[in-house]
Amino acid sequence: MGSQSSEKIKKGKGLDSKSDDIAPEKWVEMLERMLLIRRFEEATVKGYQQKKIGGFLHTYIGMEAVGVGSIAHKRPEDSVITTYRCHGLALAVGLSPDAGMAELYGKITGCARGKGGSMHFFSKELNFLGGHGIVGGQFGPGIGAAFAFKYKNTGGVSFIHFGDGATPQGSFHECLNLASLWSLPAIFICEDNQYGMGTANHRALANTDMSQMAISYNVKGYRIDGMDLFTVHHEMAKVVEEVRSTQRPALVHMVTYRYKGHSVSDKEAYRTKDEVQRWMAKDPIQTVSAYLIEKGIRSEAEIKEIDKQIRTRIQASVEFAENSPLPPEEELTMHTFHDTLEA
Amino acid sequence: MAVMEVRTALNEALREEMQRDPNVFVIGEEVAEYDGAYKVTKGLLADFGPQRVYDTPISESGFTGLSVGAAMLGLRPVVEYMSFNFSMVAFDQIISNALKMSYMTGGMFNIPIVFRGPNGAAAQVSSQHSHCMESIFAHFPGCHVIAPSMPKDYKGLLKSAIRSNDPVIFLENEMLYGFKDEVPEGEFLIPIGKGEIKRAGEHVTIIAHARMLHYALAAASELAKEGIEAEVLDPRTIKPLDMPLIAESIKKTNRAIVVEEGHYFCGVGAQMAYEIQSQLFDWLDAPVLRVAQSENPMPYAKNLEADTLPSIEKIIRAAKEVLYLER
Repeated sequence: MGSQSSEKIKKGKGLDSKSDDIAPEKWVEMLERMLLIRRFEEATVKGYQQKKIGGFLHTYIGMEAVGVGSIAHKRPEDSVITTYRCHGLALAVGLSPDAGMAELYGKITGCARGKGGSMHFFSKELNFLGGHGIVGGQFGPGIGAAFAFKYKNTGGVSFIHFGDGATPQGSFHECLNLASLWSLPAIFICEDNQYGMGTANHRALANTDMSQMAISYNVKGYRIDGMDLFTVHHEMAKVVEEVRSTQRPALVHMVTYRYKGHSVSDKEAYRTKDEVQRWMAKDPIQTVSAYLIEKGIRSEAEIKEIDKQIRTRIQASVEFAENSPLPPEEELTMHTFHDTLEA
Repeated sequence: MAVMEVRTALNEALREEMQRDPNVFVIGEEVAEYDGAYKVTKGLLADFGPQRVYDTPISESGFTGLSVGAAMLGLRPVVEYMSFNFSMVAFDQIISNALKMSYMTGGMFNIPIVFRGPNGAAAQVSSQHSHCMESIFAHFPGCHVIAPSMPKDYKGLLKSAIRSNDPVIFLENEMLYGFKDEVPEGEFLIPIGKGEIKRAGEHVTIIAHARMLHYALAAASELAKEGIEAEVLDPRTIKPLDMPLIAESIKKTNRAIVVEEGHYFCGVGAQMAYEIQSQLFDWLDAPVLRVAQSENPMPYAKNLEADTLPSIEKIIRAAKEVLYLER
């Protein structure tokens, strides 16, 4: 099976000890952000099935705790870069669901004017450097952002998210080496969802504990339960702070799972329903909701109301996308270049 | 005017642009402490310091990708490949990231970056160090491709390339680094996309760039002895191509040959010949002829290397053929 042995995975000592350092309202905020991602992605699957969304569609469903717990520590001067499975992180950094949904619908109001699509969400304003379609293609630009922060002395940190399937790529090793060699403030965050498309990571990786790869490049490695928002948030607070203060890169292995297939067209012949169910039992939205109820921070009814409002918000983004105009014809060649050369 | 080598002209361009803009930095293998494999970056480390000049590990994909990210954040990297053949190791970063970023972000992120280094055949460096890359890069929308021939063009165009807000593939020729010619004093720029007539003539237009331009000039001198006045046109920029200048020349000569050092199939000469026949059909007195490298990897043996490359003799023969003087 693709699941990892969990002995070595960093787990906290229980919800209370992990949540003490954070105001209850912060947990509510993160639950809302996870719900926003979940409901957004559910709407994209629906839009895809209705053939309103084309191309590829890779959803973040099941992996919300990784993105939300990590990005909670992003400051405005920090940047985030990721794979083609980019909707979740884009929403986590604050991209409006309208701009995201309109991009998927191929509309001019989309975050990339309808030219990027599902795999290429971007936001300059939020320092969200994309949505990259080539596995491992984002490592270089990711350490380049860290290089630029150091060059300009901005204090920024570069969050580089990637999948387990990217770790056998040469670019991963080249960039980890460069980041360590030049002491760049970059955090390599492996979203290990157990499979590179349909290949279980034990069939692709000589060592499935990605955190150990840090040793080869003289950086610190961490292995974290990525299904547990409390642990992700708590551990990432320390990692981000350390990278920011020491200007040394770090490698974080988040053990997580995607509930849906690699993309919408995936028949999932490589895994069992039982396996999926086992991971879904650790669902971060359920866990955090239960915790908030148990602690009396929110009632079950209040959480249902939050969810209802988020569903309404996502529905509004679908309507926004549906009602937005297509990119006009003059957009076709526009933006191939930034400059206009003299005639 | 000062007389200087191509490498000195390039070095001056780098210095002037680094002085002008603190966001310009130089990165590549051996560019700093070693002063550059071909001494193009000589003295830059001493004068600008390690914050502006970066020696990299042998990690083309890594440092190219890094430079793309730095450009997204507003820096202006000048990336040196010790040989442009090594850019193939970084191909994904150049094509998928640098060249497509502006478009796929709807213009949100532009990439002001220069990829530069020696291109094409040197002397007997065999198959893996001799490829001409212009047609490969020129195929992709999103970059300008520059391949100059003379020191002044190298300088003026590299300065323009560094100031461009878009990716530029800047192809130098190893055999020309030591070529000397006059370079204007002081600040000057040569615009991207503008060619130049290097020798005026009325009988046939020879279009050639980089090292081939020098072969074309030599061929024109020989042809002149036989009373054939060839016009030698240096496009300087491969993409965008200066078609107005090409048209002006061909309307005068009515005949053209296109010379390139790279391979025949899908070479840049194929595109040039197509543009000429489609735009200037009524002005042509003969089909456009091409001189290019034959369809085999570069051999090591000196005689075979000479056979595969275009030569002055091959250009002369083509010129006579297009004039129907020789078959």
